[in-house]
Amino acid sequence: MIAESGHYALVLALGLALIQSIVPLIGARLRDDALMNVARSTALAQLLFVGASFVALVMLHVNSDFSVANVYENSHSMKPLLYKITGVWGNHEGSMLLWVSILALFGGLVAAFGNNLPLSLRAHVLAVQAWIASAFYLFILVTSNPFLRIASPPIEGRDLNPVLQDIGLAVHPPMLYLGYVGFSISFSFAIAALMEGRIDAAWARWVRPWTLVAWIFLTLGIAMGSYWAYYELGWGGWWFWDPVENASLMPWLAGTALLHSALVMEKRNALKVWTILLSILTFSLSLLGTFLVRSGVITSVHAFATDPTRGVFILLILCLFIGGSLSLFAGRATSLKQGGLFAPISREGALVLNNLLLTVACAVVLFGTLYPLAMEMLADFKMSVGAPFYNLTFAPLFTLLLLAVPFGPMLAWKRGDLLGVTQRLLAAGVAGLVVVAIVWAWTRGGSALAPLAIGLGVFVIAGAVTDLVERTGLVRLPFATVLHRTRGLPRSAWGSALAHAGLGVALIGIVCETTWNSEYIATMKQSDVAHVAGYDVKLDGLFQRQGPNYREMIAEFNVSRDGEALSVMTPSKRSFTTRGSSTTEAALLTRGASQLYISLGDANAEGAIAVRIYHKPLVLLIWWGPVLMAFGGVLSLSDRRLRVGAPKPARAKQRLQPAE
Amino acid sequence: MTRKQRRMTIIGGSLAVLALAAALVLNALRDSIVFFSTPTMVAEKHVQAGKRFRLGGLVQPGSLQRGDNLAVSFEVADGNAKLPVAYKGILPDLFREGQGVVAEGALDANGVFKADTVLAKHDETYMPKDVADALKKQGHWKDDYGGKASDGAKPAATTAQGNPQGAVR
Repeated sequence: MIAESGHYALVLALGLALIQSIVPLIGARLRDDALMNVARSTALAQLLFVGASFVALVMLHVNSDFSVANVYENSHSMKPLLYKITGVWGNHEGSMLLWVSILALFGGLVAAFGNNLPLSLRAHVLAVQAWIASAFYLFILVTSNPFLRIASPPIEGRDLNPVLQDIGLAVHPPMLYLGYVGFSISFSFAIAALMEGRIDAAWARWVRPWTLVAWIFLTLGIAMGSYWAYYELGWGGWWFWDPVENASLMPWLAGTALLHSALVMEKRNALKVWTILLSILTFSLSLLGTFLVRSGVITSVHAFATDPTRGVFILLILCLFIGGSLSLFAGRATSLKQGGLFAPISREGALVLNNLLLTVACAVVLFGTLYPLAMEMLADFKMSVGAPFYNLTFAPLFTLLLLAVPFGPMLAWKRGDLLGVTQRLLAAGVAGLVVVAIVWAWTRGGSALAPLAIGLGVFVIAGAVTDLVERTGLVRLPFATVLHRTRGLPRSAWGSALAHAGLGVALIGIVCETTWNSEYIATMKQSDVAHVAGYDVKLDGLFQRQGPNYREMIAEFNVSRDGEALSVMTPSKRSFTTRGSSTTEAALLTRGASQLYISLGDANAEGAIAVRIYHKPLVLLIWWGPVLMAFGGVLSLSDRRLRVGAPKPARAKQRLQPAE
Repeated sequence: MTRKQRRMTIIGGSLAVLALAAALVLNALRDSIVFFSTPTMVAEKHVQAGKRFRLGGLVQPGSLQRGDNLAVSFEVADGNAKLPVAYKGILPDLFREGQGVVAEGALDANGVFKADTVLAKHDETYMPKDVADALKKQGHWKDDYGGKASDGAKPAATTAQGNPQGAVR
């Protein structure tokens, strides 16, 4: 019954989405308020029904109802409850259901909190949301229905892929989807603006919070995924330039650009056409990511060719939405009025440069992702584009961007004074150079690039601090004034400074980890001691243990430094009987921002075991950086001027009058 | 500055950045991409020693030998040809005789493939895509290798899952 109810709720959601796709538009054409308001109620009802459908699937997984194919293929009655729930989106059908649920959530939020939007804009936005939703409901119902029953139900399920049985699965995909799908809002706003042929600074003020919310989640989602790969896969890598990762990085790059161009549009009423285009591109890249991941084209071009229903369906959705929106853009963009003027050296100019570098970097990643697929399909030979390619292309572009980052926020709007800003950034530049010199002297003979890159990271952080110092007038002004100005400083200023500093922090982490990572790989017997980066790691023994749905072999290591015992580390190797596969559970010891990392290989007949021990200096900075960026985003979001649904100034004045 | 001049500055800047990116990409394409071969292709094309490539095939049953200090040697076969591979380090969790494998490295002077990376990303339902494609093309594909490829691997939900190096290096 639950499965059928879930299926039925999904069909009803499709019906509602179809109504929401058409009726509000007719209402907008006829200027009929009642018809336009249909969008609001259908969006909320849609959320209710998709939510019910999602809850139904969760209940099926929790109850281990193996008569449902999706549960049978991805669950096991002995699986811990947490993984029974997270297993819902650890598979194709379930994750698509999560995708549309989040889409409906965003639609519902616009419907519920978009009261201050002009009625016709809200009707258009929700109608466009409903087009996307309808396409994906159809996709799920036609090709990937999670509620299909099996004629003769098996007694036991096939279990979830062991690599996915981890807390990371609980957090990473929902976060990532909140980011991916969140960009659908700015897409819908852009299409609505094109359809109405009207766009102004208020438009940017409505779009920016939604973009920011999506960006925050995407930032955290990517960082979380990277950390998950780092500890779960057992060899300490955290970024692989894999198509699946690129699929999430591209919308992030475009979304970051969008965040900045929307700022120009809101403050200066310029870059309108470009902002609209970026909104379309960002969500298109999210759709492309969904296609790459969901069509199986990455797993094999040939698998895609032999079982094409899903792939072709998503490809159609992709072409329809990207092609349609870009043609609409081509047709209507010229009718949008040009905005304010600015000199090339100005805050606007800096933001244009930011956009340019981010979109070009994004294009490079897109090329690296699609080129091997294209060559395989067209020329029938295989190759891989990996880290060396991106180090030669993406890294230089990002270096340029990072060099420019501290200058941007300090330039004045309209016409900036580059020389003045350079003088004010002198201290930050000197700090960077001093760090370069210190690191250089300290690591004599090492790579020349590493100290320079660390210096760049310090420059970015010091630049963000300088910006705050300048704004608050610290150093130059009396303390009381500084305090007053600090209190008056908008939270968005703190937010952007933190986010920019986060970039520098992440860069320092990346450089330290890749340059000074030390590695020890050997077979160890009981009471063997390994010496890694000043730590003594002694193997105390091996134990067997029975887990809920696996057996594991645990190795116990005593870690000490200079004779002082620090901790016991217990990496393990789990073998899952149902799938006949095993996973490596690495053990991590955190010391400051650095980590000691142990993972196990195979044990041999004499009781010795292959072990890999890494010391990763400052590795945690790689993820603290993005967390800092996301925190900066949250601060900006909490800024009064930007709060979702902030009242328009005119209305605020009206409200004040009676009080007088 | 007039609107026209401003626009020209922006267009000029954009073109400069695009040209820079194009130059970087073309330069990177010259030597940073790695091609994929099977033992048969290696035998036919006489790949020169020292040139990096990815070798894919099945681990020849009975060929795995473990030496001291984690040195390993095994043979990769694709039904027509075999190639000896030497590797030092920990083999992936899913490395098994008779199963698919992808190794990255180069041939040495004796014609032995010195691998610095061994990837084996598959479980009972999933084969490395390069290997499966190559085997299919050469007619050595057995249906029991494959199953539903999309089934075991859920790259979407997870970064971890998606990347072959990630699974095991």
